[in-house]
Amino acid sequence: MSEADGIMRLRQPISVTYNWSAGPNATSHLNGLLAGTLIGKRCPSCSLVYFPPRNGVCPKCARVLGDDVVVGPRGTITTFCVVNVPFLGQKIKLPYVAAQILLDGADISMQHLIQECEAGDVRIGMRVEPVWKDRSEWGPSLENIAHFRPTGEPDRDMGVEAGAS
Amino acid sequence: MARRDVAIVATAQRPNQVGSTLTSVELILPVINEVIEKLGIERQKIGFWCHGSCDYMSGQPFSFVAAVDAIGAWPPIIESHVEGDGALALYEAWVKIQTGECDVALVFSNGKTTSGPIDRILNLQADPYMVTPLWPGFDSLSALQARACLDSNVLTEADMAEVAARSYRDALNNPIAYAKENVTAEQLLARPYVTAPLRAHDCGVPVDGANAVVLAAGDAARGLAERPAWIRGIDHRIDTQRLGARSMTESFSTAVAAHKAGVGDDRIDVAELHAPYTHQEILLRRAMNLGEGTHINPSGGALVSNPAMAAGLARFAEAAESVFSGSADRVLAHCTSGPMLQQNLVCVMEGE
Amino acid sequence: MADLCAVVGVGQTKHASCRADVSIAGLVREAVDRALADANIGIDDVDAIVIGKAPDPLEGVAMPELWLADALAAHGKPVFRVHTAGSVGGSTAIVAAQHVMAGIHGTVLTIGFEKQSDGNAMWALSVPIPFGMPVHAGAGGYFSPIVRGYIKRSGAPSHVGAMVAVKDRTNACRNPYAHLHEPDWTLEKALESPMMWDPIRFVETCPSSDGAMALVLMSEERADKHAGPKAWVHATAMRSEPTAFAGREQVSPRAGEMCAEDLWRKGGITNPAKEIDVAEIYVPFAWFEPMWLENLGFASRNEGWRWVEDGITDIGGALPVNPSGGVMSTNPIGASGMLRFGEAAMQVMGKAGEHQIDGARKAIGHAYGGGSQFFAMWLVSNGKP
Ligand SMILES: [Zn+2]
Repeated sequence: MSEADGIMRLRQPISVTYNWSAGPNATSHLNGLLAGTLIGKRCPSCSLVYFPPRNGVCPKCARVLGDDVVVGPRGTITTFCVVNVPFLGQKIKLPYVAAQILLDGADISMQHLIQECEAGDVRIGMRVEPVWKDRSEWGPSLENIAHFRPTGEPDRDMGVEAGAS
Repeated sequence: MARRDVAIVATAQRPNQVGSTLTSVELILPVINEVIEKLGIERQKIGFWCHGSCDYMSGQPFSFVAAVDAIGAWPPIIESHVEGDGALALYEAWVKIQTGECDVALVFSNGKTTSGPIDRILNLQADPYMVTPLWPGFDSLSALQARACLDSNVLTEADMAEVAARSYRDALNNPIAYAKENVTAEQLLARPYVTAPLRAHDCGVPVDGANAVVLAAGDAARGLAERPAWIRGIDHRIDTQRLGARSMTESFSTAVAAHKAGVGDDRIDVAELHAPYTHQEILLRRAMNLGEGTHINPSGGALVSNPAMAAGLARFAEAAESVFSGSADRVLAHCTSGPMLQQNLVCVMEGE
Repeated sequence: MADLCAVVGVGQTKHASCRADVSIAGLVREAVDRALADANIGIDDVDAIVIGKAPDPLEGVAMPELWLADALAAHGKPVFRVHTAGSVGGSTAIVAAQHVMAGIHGTVLTIGFEKQSDGNAMWALSVPIPFGMPVHAGAGGYFSPIVRGYIKRSGAPSHVGAMVAVKDRTNACRNPYAHLHEPDWTLEKALESPMMWDPIRFVETCPSSDGAMALVLMSEERADKHAGPKAWVHATAMRSEPTAFAGREQVSPRAGEMCAEDLWRKGGITNPAKEIDVAEIYVPFAWFEPMWLENLGFASRNEGWRWVEDGITDIGGALPVNPSGGVMSTNPIGASGMLRFGEAAMQVMGKAGEHQIDGARKAIGHAYGGGSQFFAMWLVSNGKP
């Protein structure tokens, strides 16, 4: 049967509105972003510093994260990919680099964009720094950082485990 | 193969609330840590973890993945997840223990019922071609069922109000219950309809909650609890969902599951029934032949706090606690899923 | 202690990017009917149904197993739903097998499905979460940096991914149910395929498919009386770890290694590379074949890519990997894991047709999901353990 023979598909848009909670453990991190400061949290059990403080807990120790720790703003690329796929709602020009960045003082990398250099020049171990949007556009979000750009410092040796975490 | 003796040995629940700003991980973490601390066991002693939750309630695909952060899954653990109530996760854990692959299992569930329009979200469980596009809502589907029961004289609005009044009064003694009120059926009947023939008190109050239960086999259970709640029978069954294809005035799947679980073999002291609507409690009692000797929902039940996807496991926690305390010897825990009592899980537990 | 369990029937749909000719229920029933016919039983002979699929927003139906009860003739029976991300097809088969091994049911039907064309998968898999940074890079954006990490540490030449892709696409041409039938791929042509998520080329990514897989499982008591070939379940294993924590090894996650070690131990396998005849491994991006060969303990660390180069994983090689064409040729997410488990069973049952590996006696099915953090595996054989 072809589509002309009958109703084969029914279009039924579904919309549901949610109230998303960041959770109290993320408060200092989000307030930090409003002030242009990168705040992570230290696990009271294993002492590692999480940025962002994902759900406010250390997944290894199942403990609520403790003290605030200011990290960055500079960091090192641990691994990256060059994106050539246009995504729904994508606002960035292709190709662009999505990188895992280990901020100085943090123990876990986070994903962000790399701009202000050719995609082909991005390297594991490259030193980068954040470029903030205009303060008028800020909210409690990592989107306050437009992207990261190379600092020009010498690369860090990420060892054979580069890209592992 | 002979069944292994398996019991609930500890439970933890957080107070049910409305409009929680906690993330699901923050909801879950305290109950998991509490139940482990109660037992005083090493996390590594838990041979299997099982989680119940629903992506559509959090508005995020793979929402359960974050929950792994709350359980200390390092070194890696043996773990699974059901898209549904934690009571079904408990069933999976019971199956796992029956295979002999583990002796101790931790089951948990979370429901942030107030982060989205739960009536609309649960509507998405219906037939996507013929029913969902009409957006009847979960309350309305339940109201259709209540109307059918009233019109066929299976129950009266006064019977329904009695269920609510008893639940709201019992909830006064339950510190984690959300809605509680010293009220009579007459007073409730004077209140307005919200979705006729349902009044506000006929519909379970959507709340945010989380809970955790630990199961253990044989000697492990005896070593972990003074009076474990031994699972004597557990079974679940499903009905057709089609509105016109099944009786709305009885619950066939509950009757089958109850029979398989051995409900009728002896007196039941306490039955914790997962009935999000008053008329559904009456249908469940009838399907399982629960009589005057059984105290129904001493916790207040899902009517006073209904954290969807956690409300069924909460019934297990409440029923098991009544065995732990010695206030009951033979108890029943029940969980329902889907519109109008479509799927039902029944479990009988006993103290030794 | 536990009872034995055997696969006695396997059925899958024709997989395609859009199966507009069937509803969700029709798609599921197509696989179920084939599995029941393969087992030579009727749907009334089924005691319980265990069903799995990936996130419900993919089709826009919450907990669709409830509504599917009718299509599965499940009225009055147990229906159980599993959801463990991309590994779900594997986990579902394992949960189903455990119902049998625990002695709870004698005949269990298990199903994995996804009808991605009914929703918007790209949307459903990347709902933007407030407060974070939407990098808009999709699954490839998540896994490509991990692949880069593997390439860097193993020293693998950049053509290995393309070699795997060509092998799997070629294998798929022998599988009538596979989504992609693209016989003309050569390594030269594959290397010209555009970089989607550098270092991942377009040809090195999996398609998005509609499809379902169903298996009929039986207890030893019933299987012994049942005519026809069987795949006996020798071992099952599952492991999980958190998505992200400081110092996490993502190229070869510990959960995957532990899961494999557990599987080999339970199955009495001391030298997997020698004792396993064929492997159906969850490879959604071509580079994951060498990565998983190492993680599973077939190849030693940083050597997996050499197996690809040496043709060891080809049909006719010492360890054929994904003779069905694998996830690289067919990816209905919630069914993909069960397709691996079912294809492994078909191999030892001698039912794999054109992609049959001669004399296959022991095979593994492998699935993983989330951020390479959920693992499910089973080991099947034509003989009892
Ligand atoms: Zn820690």
